[in-house]
Amino acid sequence: MDNIQQTQLEIPLVMGQPLEKLPDDLFIPPNAFELCLETFSGPMDLLLYLIKKENINILDLNVADITNQYIEYIELMDALKFELAGEYLVMAATLAEIKSRMLLPKPQSEEDELDPRGELIRRLQEYQRFKIASENMAILPRVDRDYYIASAGLPKFEEKTESLNLNPNDLRDIFQEILERPDLKSSHQVAFEELSTQDKIDFILKILTKRNIVGFYKTLQKKEGKQGVAVSLLASLELAKDGLIELIQSEDNEIYIKSNNRSFN
Amino acid sequence: MNNKIINSIEALLFGAGRPLRLSEIKGLLEIDLGELELSSIKIALNSLEERYQNSSIELKEVASGYRLQVKREFSNCLSSLWNDKSQKISKSLMETISIIAYKQPVTRGDIEEIRGVNVSTQTVRNLLERDWVKVSGYRDVPGRPALYSTTPNFLNDFNLKKINELPDLPETEEIDEEFKLQAI
Repeated sequence: MDNIQQTQLEIPLVMGQPLEKLPDDLFIPPNAFELCLETFSGPMDLLLYLIKKENINILDLNVADITNQYIEYIELMDALKFELAGEYLVMAATLAEIKSRMLLPKPQSEEDELDPRGELIRRLQEYQRFKIASENMAILPRVDRDYYIASAGLPKFEEKTESLNLNPNDLRDIFQEILERPDLKSSHQVAFEELSTQDKIDFILKILTKRNIVGFYKTLQKKEGKQGVAVSLLASLELAKDGLIELIQSEDNEIYIKSNNRSFN
Repeated sequence: MNNKIINSIEALLFGAGRPLRLSEIKGLLEIDLGELELSSIKIALNSLEERYQNSSIELKEVASGYRLQVKREFSNCLSSLWNDKSQKISKSLMETISIIAYKQPVTRGDIEEIRGVNVSTQTVRNLLERDWVKVSGYRDVPGRPALYSTTPNFLNDFNLKKINELPDLPETEEIDEEFKLQAI
């Protein structure tokens, strides 16, 4: 029984009261607008209803009135669902256009010109087919309404997800905290070495062209400081690795750099 | 032996919690009972159907196979028991699913063309969540809109085996144009 009630919508209910008579100045008087949106599934539905119930004649419509209503609708847009309202507006505009075209005298030569209402009628008919189809479908027996599955299957266990309990302040605090985190990923400038190992290598090799053996400390220059010591050591190790020099440490811990007498390039 | 098959099928259908295909039933039974002829399973299903004649449940074949369901005459008790929490289906949702069912595959634009109203994302999501429709492809036009088709679960829920079991789509009324024109 429920099903039939659900699908029947010959007389729309407005706040529990059947809306049997629509206001005379319809099409969509602004104050009935919201009601229409709730009762009808779209402008096609509304139009179909009006055609069936009220036998509306487009020629009787006052274009000026509709234009006035347009402006009122646009003012209503702020308060109402904009998307839906737009569609009703399109329909109203279509009707106004049809009406204005029908008011124009037909040129004699183009008597076969298509009736401007043709397209609308086609769409209305198409819509009506599916409206009826959907009503037929709605009364088909349906699982969980007319039939229930008989099952001893294991119920689906749903993992409870705890709902987030956040207020705007929490959100702000969290964001604040993120902003205050140390910026560990910032880019930084890599400075070039002031002293290059390669230069030091050249320097040592240059000395070794003059003498066969030289004290490590002789390769140091005071102005280069500790960094100079490190670079000199690196340069000597590099040369020793390539077999160009030998590093010798005497008993008094002094390090000497000895050329291997190979030809240096 | 025969009774064993019948009872095993009954157990499977109760335990599955979803429709089972004939081939699935066969495969599951053979694990326990050895090789079986498809015909003997069909006979067993018939016997099961007969067995339920004087009970509150019935065997039903739908799109995804066989299932056991509470007979319609007892559904009222159950909906009272469960406080009828099943979601009511809105008129616009029903119109949308009927357009998809009869004209599939369709895009949202196709539906909007017929209904003269925007198809909301919520409507589409609702149908997808019910597993009544699926995206079956994309139309090869600019924007590549998704094409929607109905699913086997849609047929299951409407107690149908095949899509052509839906009631016929009403033909466009061929009432003479004059009358229509006057009406408008």
